Amino acid sequence: MIEMTQVSKTFGGARPAVDDLSLSIAAGEFVVLIGSSGSGKSTLLRMINRLVEPDRGEILVNGVDIRRQRPEDLRRRMGYAIQSIGLFPHWTVAQNIGTVPRLLKWTKARIDARVDELLALLHLDPAEFRHRYPHQLSGGQQQRVGVARALAADPDVLLMDEPFGALDPVTRGALQEELLRIHALSGKTVVLVTHDIDEALQLGSHIVLMNQGRIVQQGRPLDLLRRPANAFVHDFVGRTEIGLRLLALDRVAGRLRPNEAAVGEPISADLSLREALSTFVARRVDRLPVVDDQGRPAGALFFSDLLERQL
Amino acid sequence: MSRVQSALALSLLALIVLTGWLPHAGPAFALLFPNRDRLIYRQDDFADLILAHLAIVGASSLLAALLGSGVALAATRRWGLAFRPLLETLLAVSQALPPVAVLAVATPLIGFGPLPALIALFLYGLLPIAQGMLAGLDSVPEGAREVARGLGMTPAQTLWQVELPLAAPVVLAGLRTSVTINIGTAALASTVGVKTLGLPIIIGLSGFNTPYVLQGAVLVGLLALTVDLAFAALSEPLGRWRAPQPSPGEPTLAGAD
Repeated sequence: MIEMTQVSKTFGGARPAVDDLSLSIAAGEFVVLIGSSGSGKSTLLRMINRLVEPDRGEILVNGVDIRRQRPEDLRRRMGYAIQSIGLFPHWTVAQNIGTVPRLLKWTKARIDARVDELLALLHLDPAEFRHRYPHQLSGGQQQRVGVARALAADPDVLLMDEPFGALDPVTRGALQEELLRIHALSGKTVVLVTHDIDEALQLGSHIVLMNQGRIVQQGRPLDLLRRPANAFVHDFVGRTEIGLRLLALDRVAGRLRPNEAAVGEPISADLSLREALSTFVARRVDRLPVVDDQGRPAGALFFSDLLERQL
Repeated sequence: MSRVQSALALSLLALIVLTGWLPHAGPAFALLFPNRDRLIYRQDDFADLILAHLAIVGASSLLAALLGSGVALAATRRWGLAFRPLLETLLAVSQALPPVAVLAVATPLIGFGPLPALIALFLYGLLPIAQGMLAGLDSVPEGAREVARGLGMTPAQTLWQVELPLAAPVVLAGLRTSVTINIGTAALASTVGVKTLGLPIIIGLSGFNTPYVLQGAVLVGLLALTVDLAFAALSEPLGRWRAPQPSPGEPTLAGAD
């Protein structure tokens, strides 16, 4: 889908922001670019839609060199979302979401229908929110609109630069779930930049850890946690919290014993094992009753099973 | 009707009533200024003076708006950034020149009449307009520009659909200041023989005729107030998308100096 070959970019300073980097992104992948500030992750993302032009190297999207396309046409085929300030404050929610369809000269009826469809997809009541201005929305709602706008013209690729950076943890968690759901539904290729390792592990199907303009390690979340390539990766994924982060990758549903039962307030099978561990400790029990998403008893989770089957 | 709109209507009404009443106001002025014979300025019709006044303010402001916003716009584009410091210096100089001095220098060169007055008012009106444009474009959030580009807007689309609408309230505020100040300043143009509301003031001053001065001054002040309120009413819908701020669109009393 996206092939980057030996790309480099140096801004004013002596050290390159992106240094002779090659990266291949498969269609349908959820790629997270992660690194500390100055690692070049944002620059790399912005190269994909030509907001930044590389000094050297080549980038192909769907096999076509992006330098052979008009930047505006390229960008209109890719969704783009940044932190919440990115909504146009003088446009209503509907106008914001309709930005790219308008640039593509869709008919008004088609744009209106698409706006309502996307608002519903992101759990915002169209009748209530269509005509609001961004300042009349909460931070989380603004970010939902930002995601809807990026999806508006049904692009194959979604580029997101720390889209949830400015949100509180609860809202961020809800939106991360939302994004995973949309990714699973649509099968779009997503490239997301973050500096938050927990966000990266939760969202990414493929994680690219960057430092000083180069890729330090890439792979599945489990690979980074299980087999850190060097001390830098080890530090980045958190030496003392690797166990907890491994647990966060799995859900209760994968470990529960269907034919067992336990007493107490049941937990959801959708919960991550990390949250389940926290519940074990807080309640001082070694087994928890589990219910499925319809609230029916599904079995029990045993404390000792948290250790099993970790590949 | 909003507060600004009602204030505008009131002010406009006062201007019209006063203009119509002044020619018949001899008895009233006789009470204020006893032992005088020439109480009411009658060389020109007051309505004509108002229209002439508005014409010279309008012409000079239009020129200043075109050039001022044009150069300010150029100085905020990537290719024009280098000129911004020079532009700001030039604007400061143009504002520092007293209009009277410009008239005094221009008249021997160009002669009496509307042209030197037009030049003086134009120069004097440039700074607020250009500064409004610069400040307005500066106030556009960087995120909005970045996203406009990232979503695939061309530079022209970014300018017309994002930057200018976001800058509009500040740009209009600059235009408002410029025009309102020029309504006051335009009265000076009558010193070089241009027909404005300054005529009764200047004739009154040279002839020690206080009623004349009063009649001209009140009309200039009321005209400035009316135009200022008209701008306030005009700018009200532009800020619709903004978070409510403490008393936005309140009339400011500029000009008539």
